[in-house]
Amino acid sequence: MTALTVDGVGVTLLQRRVVDDVSLTVPAGTWLTLVGPNGAGKSTLLRAVSGAVEHVGTITFDGVEVARLRSRERARQVAVVPQDPARPDGMTVLDYVLLGRTPYVPYLGTESAEDLAVAGELLDTLELRSLSERMVTALSGGEFQRAVLARALAQQAPVLLLDEPTSSLDLGHAQQVLELVDELRASRGLTVVSALHDLTTAGQFADHLVLLVDGRMVAQGSAQEVLTEELIREHYGARVRVVTDPYGGVVVVPLRSRPARGQEGVA
Amino acid sequence: MSRAAGTEQDAATPTLRPVRLLRRWVFGSLAVLVAAVLLGLTVGPAGLPLRGVVTEIVDVVPGVDLAGGLDDREAAVLWQLRAPRVVLGLLVGAMLALAGAGYQGVFRNPLADPYLLGVAAGAGLGATFAIVSGGNRLLVPLAAFTGGVLGVAATYALGRSVGGRSTNSLILAGVAVAAFLTSVQTYVNQRNSDSLREVYGWILGRLLTAGWDEVLAVLPYIGVSAIVILAHRRLLDVLSVGSDEAGTLGVPAARVRLAVVLAATLGTAAAVSVSGLIGFVGIVVPHIVRMLAGSSYRIVLPLAAAVGATFLVVADLVARTVVSPGELPVGVVTAFVGAPFFTLVLRSSRRPW
Repeated sequence: MTALTVDGVGVTLLQRRVVDDVSLTVPAGTWLTLVGPNGAGKSTLLRAVSGAVEHVGTITFDGVEVARLRSRERARQVAVVPQDPARPDGMTVLDYVLLGRTPYVPYLGTESAEDLAVAGELLDTLELRSLSERMVTALSGGEFQRAVLARALAQQAPVLLLDEPTSSLDLGHAQQVLELVDELRASRGLTVVSALHDLTTAGQFADHLVLLVDGRMVAQGSAQEVLTEELIREHYGARVRVVTDPYGGVVVVPLRSRPARGQEGVA
Repeated sequence: MSRAAGTEQDAATPTLRPVRLLRRWVFGSLAVLVAAVLLGLTVGPAGLPLRGVVTEIVDVVPGVDLAGGLDDREAAVLWQLRAPRVVLGLLVGAMLALAGAGYQGVFRNPLADPYLLGVAAGAGLGATFAIVSGGNRLLVPLAAFTGGVLGVAATYALGRSVGGRSTNSLILAGVAVAAFLTSVQTYVNQRNSDSLREVYGWILGRLLTAGWDEVLAVLPYIGVSAIVILAHRRLLDVLSVGSDEAGTLGVPAARVRLAVVLAATLGTAAAVSVSGLIGFVGIVVPHIVRMLAGSSYRIVLPLAAAVGATFLVVADLVARTVVSPGELPVGVVTAFVGAPFFTLVLRSSRRPW
């Protein structure tokens, strides 16, 4: 089953074609990751999918075109973990997670007991219950990222978009968040589309990689197919060595033009 | 965070408590409001007995018939002089505080006040024209209302033409429109120095009533505006994460902003038309509430309405008694009393700004 289809999609911002003729199909329950150098259009493509920017071409969820959906209905189909989420002043973690119930709360109404139950369950899942009355401004980076994820999951949307979800996290917390997303994908059948900078991580967590350059798709497929030394040199202007780890994963190692510290004289 | 520690904490906090207006704040603010109203009704050049005033008020309730209220002269003072003025103070104070809080939510800017988008300058110009032209004084509120609405309309048109839907361009457009309208108003004043004092008095704000006419004139506008703003209290909380994120949560941010700004503008224009430009209430009352009770709009909006109403009734009481038999402009009192109080609250709240 296909959860998300992107067909001939283009986005123009300030007279510049930022995304150009991108076509993708994402089967339900899989994880697709967009990679590409800065300014490649990864975030913009995600914003088009979430309906935040206007686009040409068609984007459909389960056969329904996103442009035809009203914002409430769209928010029930697709949830977003933004790259740099705002931390509202004086708001508790519980209230922050409850924001994710907005597409189910009547326009001028307030949360129901069911909304509270959904939020409570997510606080348990993401180990946030003990922090439920803490202000979001007082959370550490890792805790806040879990709260953002909980808010997105509270939308109970089948499609989850993650825009650089680990950019402000250290290695350990980044790994935790991505493992968590993967567990949730498996247990809830979520379809995940993410933009990631780190190529090794991207290869580890995605079923399917898409390399975007200047708004266009230049390669797609498995990590082995997309993360090659030639493609990375050509499109990132980076010299790397691609190594296959003992478990079949792809590791992208940046190379220095002179030997890295500590390796001098070794070779 | 270890799983074990989390489980222990879970047992200690089994219930989830989403944001809500605490009962002690509701009852506390209402008690102060009632006290302010009774004070406003009893104190004045002709003092009225508290007991008689209360009896008179309870007597109005259908089905209740109490004797021993006030004599005819006192009743006339109460119902024709004091009560309309106190009620007008309640309406204007509540409206300015609500509009200020609404603007602060829409623009995510703690410095936003109800006069931000040119209401004040437009209303000031409208009132100045009406006073200078020397026509019927009853036309001043109408002219002020029209000027205020036109001022905001000009700001909106200008803001959209230069910056689409960005809130910063709207605020900057408000600065430009206000500067322009104020300069026109100053010019008109300079050319008509004989009416300068009257215009000045209007600009500083005052709650002058002739019976219930003013109250009845603004009640529909303020009533509808207040209901619209209060109804958006949860959506203003959602907007606190910004329009982009609010959009992904299913909130049409532009439409919510427009609804709240329209309501706040209409209500402010109505308030200004009968009270002049009373400063300070719209910006300081929401902040006092925020610092004391919490910053969710589900708390700030209802409490700001109650505190704003109380504050203006008390300020007006001071304005009409402190230099009796003369009167101070109430706008002078709101700032004179409000600024030190605000500083006090600011100091005692340990919140960093």
